[in-house]
Amino acid sequence: MVVVKVLGSGCARCSELEKMCFNVAAENNIDADIQKITDLKEIMSHGIMQTPGLVINGKVKISGKLPNAVTLLHWMQESN
Amino acid sequence: MWFVGVLIALWFIIYLNLESISAFICNIAGLTSVTSDYARSVEFFIFEVPKVLMLLTLIVFLMGIVRSYFSPEKTRALLEKKSLFLGNILASVLGIFTPFCSCSAVPLFIGFVEAGIPLGVTLSFLIAAPMINEIAVILLFGLFGWKTAMIYVSTGLFIAILSGYFIGKLKLQKYVEPWVYEIKSSRQEIGEEKINFGGRIESGYAAVKDIVSKVWLYIVVGVGIGSLAHGYVPADFLAGFMGKSAWWAVPLSVLVGIPLYSNAAGIIPIVQVLLEKGASLGTALAFMMSVIGLSLPEAIILKKVLKIQMIFIFFGIVGIGIIIVGYLFNLIY
Repeated sequence: MVVVKVLGSGCARCSELEKMCFNVAAENNIDADIQKITDLKEIMSHGIMQTPGLVINGKVKISGKLPNAVTLLHWMQESN
Repeated sequence: MWFVGVLIALWFIIYLNLESISAFICNIAGLTSVTSDYARSVEFFIFEVPKVLMLLTLIVFLMGIVRSYFSPEKTRALLEKKSLFLGNILASVLGIFTPFCSCSAVPLFIGFVEAGIPLGVTLSFLIAAPMINEIAVILLFGLFGWKTAMIYVSTGLFIAILSGYFIGKLKLQKYVEPWVYEIKSSRQEIGEEKINFGGRIESGYAAVKDIVSKVWLYIVVGVGIGSLAHGYVPADFLAGFMGKSAWWAVPLSVLVGIPLYSNAAGIIPIVQVLLEKGASLGTALAFMMSVIGLSLPEAIILKKVLKIQMIFIFFGIVGIGIIIVGYLFNLIY
């Protein structure tokens, strides 16, 4: 199972990223535990400076922008 | 690549002929009498809207490319271990170019402070980043000419540098929420992908899609209000209370501007009206800076990491800076 954390406290793109993760996982039958992290301390513990941030299995993948769906799928598959 | 070249060439052909094109359209529409209020308003609108939108698209595209060379991480690395004053200058200039969204103000603040960047330097960045943005600069350039745009950039930098410097001198660390200093983040390298120039052009397109789709309506509405005023409101309408003679106009404009929140795209066409109808440049500039640079939502966001005293000091010092700039310009012009 792949653990996906979407870091962000309420920006528009944060919820967009969360939705993308759910869609990509559902469409490709990936067993994913997708969590939305809104607690600032936890967000900052990953060392990002822009939201949304995306952490897959403990690794920061991107921050401050949205990945495209293909890249997102690739990340989820390689971590699975 | 050649495609971008063609688009840019096309842009220049249209832009340079925009005046005759809009005159032509007005002619077909039968708006030949420049004397009526109605015709003046419509003509103004038909010329200004495409002009501003075209300028905006080009600049947002170019800035999208420029910004792809910058990131908050790189900016942080550049600011680490810089002395106070030099750090303030660098932070303010980098604030113009580093991609920044006010929704990320808090993570950015923590990221800077945690890296040991002084509070005053961090705040210089946070003042310059929203205030001096490409939308403000390009609208000023389009509507008032390059001199006003340069004045705005340089005074904005001046305020960001000095406010940050003074705040740094005041040693206000005690007003930062203590938990900020306790965060120990694992600084991970987000394997920075190598992007070629094609990829940077992509970021330019992405910026246009993202920003122009968000602000075009503000511009149309703003210029619309401007056009109506252009045609119908007498030219010295505001001279009494926003002109040079009213000494209280500058501080009042700043006080009114702080709680107001608008992006540059919405406020600048309004500022154009203020100026046209008799407001003085300093007063209008001060109003615009306080609306764009200081805002209630920003204060609420920053409240998560700064104590209320610090927010007041922050807004107070920047506000005073803006007032000084306002008076200065009323004096000069």
